[in-house]
Amino acid sequence: MSTPDLDPEVVATPEPGAVETPPKESATRSRPLPARVWAQTQGKVGVVLTAAVVLVALAGPLLAPWLTGYSPTEFADRPFQSTGVFGTDNLGRSVGARFLAGGLLLLAYSVLATALGLVVGCTIGMIGGYAGGRTDSVIMRLNDIVLAFPQLVLALLAIVVLGPHGWVLVTVIGLTHAPRIARVARAATLGVVSEDYIRAAEMYAVPRTRILAREVLPNITGPLSVEAGLRLTYSIGAIASLSFLGLGMQPPAADWGLMINENRIALSVQPWGVILPVLAIAVLTIGTNLLADAVARATESTTVEAS
Amino acid sequence: MSGVTAERGWRPQRDAALSMRGLRVAARGGAEILHGVDLTLTRGEILGLVGESGSGKTTAGLACLGHFRSGLAHTAGSVRLEPRPASSEADDGGEGLELMGLPTDRLRRLRGSCVAYIPQDPALSLNPVLRVGEQIREVLDTHGYGESTGDRDARVEEVLADVGLPSTAEYRRKWPHQLSGGQQQRIGIAMAFAMFPDVLILDEPTTGLDVSTQSHVLDTIRSMTRQHDVASLYITHDLAVVAELADRIAVMLRGELVEEGTVQQVLQAPEHPYTRRLLDAVPDLAGRKVLTATGQLPAARPSGSDADGGKATGGATAPSETGPREPEPGREAPLLEVKHLRKSYGRTPVLQDVGFSLRTGESTMVLGESGSGKTTLSRCVAGLIEDYEGSIALNGKELAASTRKRSNDERQEIQYIFQSPFSSLNPRRSIGQSLSVPLEMSGKLPARERRGVVEDALDSVRLGRSFHDRRPGDLSGGERQRAAIARALVNAPSVLICDEITSALDVSVQASIIDLLNRLRSERGLALLFVTHNITLARHVADRIVVLNQGVIVDSGPVDDVLENPTHDYTRELLSNVPTL
Amino acid sequence: MVKLILKRLLVSVFILLAVSVVVFAATLLLPGDPARAILGQQATEERLAALRTEMHLDRSPVERYLLWLGGLFVGNFGTSTTTGGPVAGLLSERIGASLILMLCAAAIAVPVGVAIGIYSALHRGTRRDQAVTWSTLTLAALPEFVIGIVLVTLFATSVFRVLPAVTMSPPGQQVWEIPSQLILPTLTLALVVIPYIIRMMRATMAEVMDSGFVEMARLKGVPERQVILRHAFPHAIGPVAQVIAIQLAWLAGGVVVVEYLFRYPGLGQALIDAVAFRDVQVVQAVSIIIAAVYVLVNLVADVVGILANPKLRSAS
Repeated sequence: MSTPDLDPEVVATPEPGAVETPPKESATRSRPLPARVWAQTQGKVGVVLTAAVVLVALAGPLLAPWLTGYSPTEFADRPFQSTGVFGTDNLGRSVGARFLAGGLLLLAYSVLATALGLVVGCTIGMIGGYAGGRTDSVIMRLNDIVLAFPQLVLALLAIVVLGPHGWVLVTVIGLTHAPRIARVARAATLGVVSEDYIRAAEMYAVPRTRILAREVLPNITGPLSVEAGLRLTYSIGAIASLSFLGLGMQPPAADWGLMINENRIALSVQPWGVILPVLAIAVLTIGTNLLADAVARATESTTVEAS
Repeated sequence: MSGVTAERGWRPQRDAALSMRGLRVAARGGAEILHGVDLTLTRGEILGLVGESGSGKTTAGLACLGHFRSGLAHTAGSVRLEPRPASSEADDGGEGLELMGLPTDRLRRLRGSCVAYIPQDPALSLNPVLRVGEQIREVLDTHGYGESTGDRDARVEEVLADVGLPSTAEYRRKWPHQLSGGQQQRIGIAMAFAMFPDVLILDEPTTGLDVSTQSHVLDTIRSMTRQHDVASLYITHDLAVVAELADRIAVMLRGELVEEGTVQQVLQAPEHPYTRRLLDAVPDLAGRKVLTATGQLPAARPSGSDADGGKATGGATAPSETGPREPEPGREAPLLEVKHLRKSYGRTPVLQDVGFSLRTGESTMVLGESGSGKTTLSRCVAGLIEDYEGSIALNGKELAASTRKRSNDERQEIQYIFQSPFSSLNPRRSIGQSLSVPLEMSGKLPARERRGVVEDALDSVRLGRSFHDRRPGDLSGGERQRAAIARALVNAPSVLICDEITSALDVSVQASIIDLLNRLRSERGLALLFVTHNITLARHVADRIVVLNQGVIVDSGPVDDVLENPTHDYTRELLSNVPTL
Repeated sequence: MVKLILKRLLVSVFILLAVSVVVFAATLLLPGDPARAILGQQATEERLAALRTEMHLDRSPVERYLLWLGGLFVGNFGTSTTTGGPVAGLLSERIGASLILMLCAAAIAVPVGVAIGIYSALHRGTRRDQAVTWSTLTLAALPEFVIGIVLVTLFATSVFRVLPAVTMSPPGQQVWEIPSQLILPTLTLALVVIPYIIRMMRATMAEVMDSGFVEMARLKGVPERQVILRHAFPHAIGPVAQVIAIQLAWLAGGVVVVEYLFRYPGLGQALIDAVAFRDVQVVQAVSIIIAAVYVLVNLVADVVGILANPKLRSAS
């Protein structure tokens, strides 16, 4: 992996009489993906940033009362005072306590939405790419229809009809990711299905589902893991945005996006209520995005999907 | 410049145009690619630089233009350009110009005018968004040819005519994608000759072209080089091409020049063992030698024995050179029979009424150039194409078109090996996993016995058992192709379809694969359908030959008959265009 | 070529129709009676019945869809459940305000993104290129409201107090009559879009610069400047047009959050308000308009892609 730009002719191993050479050491012995990700600056920074915020989000709800002396929904003082470390919010609750408790749901919903999008998108993308022909064009046209809505608009449409429930957020964000992931999965599958090992499997009459699972899927994990990282970043952004608009998590829940919405009127008086959650969301999304980029470099994928 | 007189001393020939001395090039990581290469290019002469993949021949060629691909750097040695007395670029008194370390701007002015380059793949090297005429004119514009645009336009017309292309305005306005591969390559040649260069570097310019196109392009190169008194470096892996074209030959092996001399010297009295090995590996139309990659004899039997492989099951007792090539025609029902096969993609017919038969243990070569329909034919037989017309019968029983509709036994009888070993094995699965797929699908063996069968198959293709747990990425091209052959063997088939299986490999590896196939035939009585574009392999692998041209069989019969008395013009033309040593 | 473009046009029309079905189907899923929502709990049965007839609520879903679709073509977007007035009147001014915002953002983002992307590709591996890579990675990760709030903190409330944090729009006055209040929303949108354009431009140019024909051009002695402008750049037009289109189309949606953040009186703000009041007619109308912009921009990008490729251009 140290000389990626070499002339392929130079890199290819010369082959003297094939048979007589003793089995040589693996020339391309690749370290596992996590190690290759960690080997890059982007990977290291990404892991550290993501881990820090994830730690706060996971442990925060337990530590909040113990560290700040207040529960996230308990009234500590009058609104926008400097009680405690980070003061109080619009209703007089402890900003510190709400900050510590406010990441868990966001994180859980984002991960779930990404997982849903990956499963659905990957399945339809692989089927479309592998089946080709009419199946493929029908699937891709349906995809285009979903893609014609900006993600947020479709989410708002769903929320106005179904209400701002957690499952609605997860489902709608996940399903709006699906066609984008499907595109990537399809493109990657198309690159693989023209390979002769797929034809060989066809020739041995290997069942089609098994071809998808054993021959295609392992060979498209590179672009898919990059996509997973990107989509996680966008899921976090989208769910936080909805909460910020007041249409995601509902009061009195403690949530970073919602906190920003509630406290931004007092940005110049009591900035902590906005700055803390903004920082947390920023660090988290930057972390996951750097991770996605490091994975992309590690799998040597050049595809940068841009939506 | 100091030391000019001293340098004059080592100039070997009076009319040398470019000399490379002790050139060393290393990858940025540290590994050295060229270990001190000396080359001299002489005016009016073509030097053939021969080497297999990884020998560094392209790196050496590009160094003549002062160019190194990204990741590579010049570490030592010199490349000097000795300009013609009248050359406009001879601004240091005609005493030669060191290219290494020359400022990029001066290098740029030399490239395309004094030293020109003809690339390997014209399809990738012509800019798809510029008209071909513009691309030739660009060279003239860049180097300030002539006095006016009129002069330059006239030169474009002239050079197009020189390479045998129409020089009409309409032709000049074509886009690269509207031309055939041979025409694209001629545009490349026209571009190179536009400025009357002193030195020409040709990097495998005919790879990927059909023999007849190749022969035309080679003719063009030969006449242009002579006519303009250019010093040329022709880089190739193909000794036969060099034998026809070059005046001198230099042989490269892993970054070193191991032999140099006139064509006669090198081909008839090679000194270095590698050159000898390379020469031995080149197939020849006469089929008189035994192909070998290693210098040892492949089988116990002497030359010509390949064709007798079928006898092992045919029941014949005395394999001899003079024995009949046909195992008692008529008596035995054909193992595989193809009748009236038709297939078209959209409205383009690919196969038209194709028919032939294959007997047990027999080897038939299907010969065709690109677009002849040979791959379609072999895939129809393998059951990879679901909608063809006509019939394919195995042991007298008609086969379903799709492999999925064929019975387990039928599937096992016919095995297909793919062209590219780099694509036919799943890179994410071990060789053992890939090789046990056919066994798994036939379902005849319990899972724990499969490993043994797979290891036996690896043995029979001379790959060690240790390959069982390795991934394709660790294997060389030849090793992968052996693994792919082993996959075809695990179910003990009776017909092996080899679709261009050696065309992606170096000659020496090709020789070892051919050797392996012949051994397998004699050991197992396999019938072979050897699909290829390379007619020179005919006598090395086949008993019979079928010549396919644009979806129609134009010639067929025993190899000797077809090669010695071709009945069709197409076959005759093919035979006359084949370069030979 | 004309055939290709016509085909692409047909696909766009088809997608828009499908979008309208999806949007319309959303109404059917909604619980409750829109007529009662408009008139309130005290309304008499006769008035409700009259309004239902007027809103075609007594017809079958297919008829209602066709009537609604027909209305769209003549600018009739239905009746708002919150105000009881026509949706078209409610939105007409806001469309202009949103368009201004999008155009300003695009006018900044496209040239800046393309220029930095090319610069970065030509200086691959240098420290400046790495700086560009890191900043685009960081910026691309941030949700638009985070960028917006950071800008507000920097320029409006806490650090420098030079720009307005929210938009003032007295009745009868257009937003663009006070240009200073456009600056922050425009900047936010541009900052969200630029990193994607840079990344795509850089990736495409880097790929082209490694291609065989660029190497050939260099070996022909063509000056580097000409190699970039004549040989490499034309290849980047197609793919980059696509990305720019996706980003401009994204602006159509991204404008929602930014308008809400800056209380900018555009379509997005209207959409959020309508969602909060469950005013389905308005949500429908805005969704259709945004989707139409989206589809249109993509269509233009595809046409540019076709025109930039001689292979497609000459396929007639």
